[in-house]
Amino acid sequence: MELVLAIGIGVLTSCGVFLMLRPRTFQVIIGLSLLSYAVNLFIFSMGRLKVGAAPVTASGTIDPTQFADPVPQALVLTAIVIGFAMTALFLVVLLAARGVTGTDHVDGREQR
Amino acid sequence: MTPSFLLTLALLLPFGAALVAALLPQNARNAEVWLAGTVAVAGLGIMIYLFPQVAHGGVVRQEIQWIPALHLNLILRLDGFSWLFGMLITGVGFLVVLYARYYMSPKDPVPRFFAFFLAFMGSMLGLVLSGNIIQLVIFWELTSLTSFLLIGYWFHLAQARDGARMALTVTGLGGLGLLIGMLIIGQIVGSYDLDVVLASGDLIRESSLYLPALLLVLLGALTKSAQFPFHFWLPHAMAAPTPVSAYLHSATMVKAGVFLLVRFWPVMAGTDAWFWIVTCAGMATLIFGAYAAIFQTDLKGLLAYSTISHLGLITTLLGMSTPLATVAAIFHIANHATFKASLFMAAGIIDHETGTRDIRKLSGLFRFMPFTATLAMVASAAMAGVPLLNGFLSKEMFFAETAERDANAFVNLALPIGATIGSMFAVVYSLRFVHGVFFGPKPEGLSKVPHEPPALMRRPIEILVLICLVVGIIPGITIAPYLAAAVVSVTGPDTPYYSLSVWHGFNFALAMSAIALVGGVLLYWALYGYLAKGVDGPPLIRQLKGQRIFERIMLTITSKWARRLEARFGTRRLQPQLFMLFLLAVGLPASLLVTRLGGINLTIAGFDPAFALLWAVGIVCAVAAAQQAKFHRLVSLVLLGGTGIVTCITFVWFSAPDLAITQLLVEIVTTVLILLGLRWLPKRVEDMRDEAQLMKARLRRYRDLVLAGLAGVGMTIIAYAVMTRQIPPGISEYFLENAYKLGGGTNVVNVMLVDFRAFDTLGEITVLGIVALTVFSTLRRFRPARESIAKPEQQRIQNEFDDRAPERSEGDTVNEYLLIPSVIMNWMFPVIIVLAVHLFLRGHDQPGGGFAAGIVMSIGFILQYMAGGTRWVEDRLRILPVRWIGSGLLLALLVGVAAQVVGYPFMTTAFQYVEIPYIGRVPLASALIFDLGVFSLVVGATVLILIALAHQSIRSPKAARNAAPIREAEVSSDAPVEIR
Repeated sequence: MELVLAIGIGVLTSCGVFLMLRPRTFQVIIGLSLLSYAVNLFIFSMGRLKVGAAPVTASGTIDPTQFADPVPQALVLTAIVIGFAMTALFLVVLLAARGVTGTDHVDGREQR
Repeated sequence: MTPSFLLTLALLLPFGAALVAALLPQNARNAEVWLAGTVAVAGLGIMIYLFPQVAHGGVVRQEIQWIPALHLNLILRLDGFSWLFGMLITGVGFLVVLYARYYMSPKDPVPRFFAFFLAFMGSMLGLVLSGNIIQLVIFWELTSLTSFLLIGYWFHLAQARDGARMALTVTGLGGLGLLIGMLIIGQIVGSYDLDVVLASGDLIRESSLYLPALLLVLLGALTKSAQFPFHFWLPHAMAAPTPVSAYLHSATMVKAGVFLLVRFWPVMAGTDAWFWIVTCAGMATLIFGAYAAIFQTDLKGLLAYSTISHLGLITTLLGMSTPLATVAAIFHIANHATFKASLFMAAGIIDHETGTRDIRKLSGLFRFMPFTATLAMVASAAMAGVPLLNGFLSKEMFFAETAERDANAFVNLALPIGATIGSMFAVVYSLRFVHGVFFGPKPEGLSKVPHEPPALMRRPIEILVLICLVVGIIPGITIAPYLAAAVVSVTGPDTPYYSLSVWHGFNFALAMSAIALVGGVLLYWALYGYLAKGVDGPPLIRQLKGQRIFERIMLTITSKWARRLEARFGTRRLQPQLFMLFLLAVGLPASLLVTRLGGINLTIAGFDPAFALLWAVGIVCAVAAAQQAKFHRLVSLVLLGGTGIVTCITFVWFSAPDLAITQLLVEIVTTVLILLGLRWLPKRVEDMRDEAQLMKARLRRYRDLVLAGLAGVGMTIIAYAVMTRQIPPGISEYFLENAYKLGGGTNVVNVMLVDFRAFDTLGEITVLGIVALTVFSTLRRFRPARESIAKPEQQRIQNEFDDRAPERSEGDTVNEYLLIPSVIMNWMFPVIIVLAVHLFLRGHDQPGGGFAAGIVMSIGFILQYMAGGTRWVEDRLRILPVRWIGSGLLLALLVGVAAQVVGYPFMTTAFQYVEIPYIGRVPLASALIFDLGVFSLVVGATVLILIALAHQSIRSPKAARNAAPIREAEVSSDAPVEIR
């Protein structure tokens, strides 16, 4: 399980990094999204993988080892929402830049 | 009041008063003067009161904890020598304030002047009272900064700006050197406490780091005191208002350099390096300054060069390293301050009353202002070293010291001759000042008829000149005890005997004085013809302009080198920048991985084919999305969604239901968002570049591919290595155990978000709100690219079809498109709202919560847009997302503040169970209200982003109708979504 997820994270990272180095803004926005999946999964995996142990406790005293780690989950939850905000902002900047410069190259002008 | 408290008060008063002064109204001249005058007198009073404590080598100390971990304390320290400076700063400060009252024009913004002035006074006091050498450097730099502000006070004048910049650059550079020097000294001694440093003279002089420390400290001192070759900034600083010149650039700030030399004299002087560097710099400055002063046509320029020359004299004395020379240096510091400040004030009066400071235009002023003329003549005589004035006494001591026999024959000869020549020049420029301005025919071509200034404007000069006379005639009962206190604190208890009497009998020094005086008069007579021609600048070295060299160096560094560096290392292109960032991000951890990774435990245990299959799909989606992103955007977007779903399922698989819900919802919103944006992107065609360019692009792609591959491999290794290791004990147990006990909820993730880490969440939602507003305001001025303005191809085809069919009107096809799904979407609206409420309410105990509920709600809204079209929704629904954002943020903040009001830390939450009819016992935590704030803000932000973008589609046809070139006004006046 761990190995599969680790490879998945690796591939998502590779695709994300490669796309972020490309010249077209749409490629970069897709790359950014892929990279944030990878990073979110990576942070999440830092809490180790547990099946069927959602951190929803019962009232009363509980045994912490019975539950998945809630800290990375809380971090990732906000990261997902902020990731959305980042994508939105980048998209709008991308569109505005395209309107102003007339190109969708990341530098605002075609490379000569 | 204890002495140490008084010391703190003396330091803090000017700074406090500076703040007050800055806030007074523009025309409050008298109030400013009262304020500044009171502060100066209070400081003076404190100094006088404290004198008995320091009179016989005593020290007043006050320590305040600063950074105890670094053994750094703020120390205020007053001894006899800093007392003398304290007197100068407060005493001359008071006189200058009084003078400035009449000098400054009512049109000048006085609050700024007095605020800077008082801040300078505080900085200078801080400098002399520092008992910690780092603290000393800080105040040292503060004096440079305030001096910069004061020189540039009339910032509408180019010369004021240039002068200020030059002064700051030169003295700031010196200050930087000084800081490093002090750090070195601190390293040698092991403490930054001045008292400890002063007790470690042998340690410092014998250290291998002595020479660098000395050079750096001297760099600071010589730049500050305008010593050759750093002298050139001082004449340009004369662009400052005259009270500033009188105070900073003659009496106090330029003395900071020699103050530092005296302060460190006990621990650094006496070596050959000190002797040669300090004496040579001093002697060169003494002669050069005096020579240049003779040929200045500007009164303040003459005084500025004369100041440089006198500072050179003091530096020379300090370079000689004998206790008696140091006595003379300290004495001359005080004397020079009195006569030079009064001369600057006199020059200011002449400028004020005649409208010019040009010696060539001035003459015969004695008949118009006899009082001022007399005062200026006495002060000039003191400057020239005429007997019975204070300048004579210290100069006589200087001559006596230079005449001491030295082992080195060159030194033996050069010192007395140089001193005599410098003194002779001093006589010449003093004569020129007096004779050129006050005698001769009536002045012609002045803009106004000169007359005596107001009596109070003259009073400061009178007081200073009186001091010159009293000290010059009866030094034994006036200055002697104070000088003794200052001297003993520098040279220690074994200070040799020195005599302050006016008459020492016929000796070598007297002969030198006589030669200088007579020679000076003769030289002035000889030069008179040349000087009358009024050529500005000294002959022979007129071309050697420090300013020009300075400007050239500055230009080389700040322009040429900077440009070259930028051309070499800078780029405006994003791709190389990102490449470097990723290279670093891969390279640095890689170097650690190699050495620190340890063993990797490859196990196949727990392998699940279903999960592997899931990720096979995920990987294929990701790679395909990457591959298609250039030419097939829609495909790429859909594939991206596929990867998102795989991620989402992974969260479900490994016990993170909250994440899965949020991920799924955000996935939907993101896809809709990018879909809305796709319409505005250009059609991408295969590019037609030539073979070489394609080859280059391909190579770059391979290079990026390698880097991306390395990044992926690295992430895989780290993720796997961490996942297969035992988790160390952390903070998670605490949250799991206390989520219910302290937070009143069983969904630990949600309790963390709205309770334990609510402050983080508050920051989070603030960011979200800001992003939404930024998106909205960016789109208000959105200008689509020219080729995207026209209606999309599909709509054009549909409209053509409508036109051809007689029974249809344009737009029918668009409206009928997906009619049944859109009806379903309309009907889903209330259902979705219920779902949102459900997710919100269960959030504290079960997966859900404000974030998820908020996004669900916004999906409800955006579905209506998709179903009915932008115009249809905007006619029926007023969503007002900005209000949702605002009220959400306020609500969240309110919960936090409410806790503070009832006496708990910010963001503390409370909870209890409440019985609600028909529903039963429900837990009600104040965190729920916070979550409501989160919910409201997420709804507002997401909806605002989505509809701002959706709205563009109905704006563009209008823009297209308004002909091709879209003017800014038309676009911006076309109000977007009705958002209030």
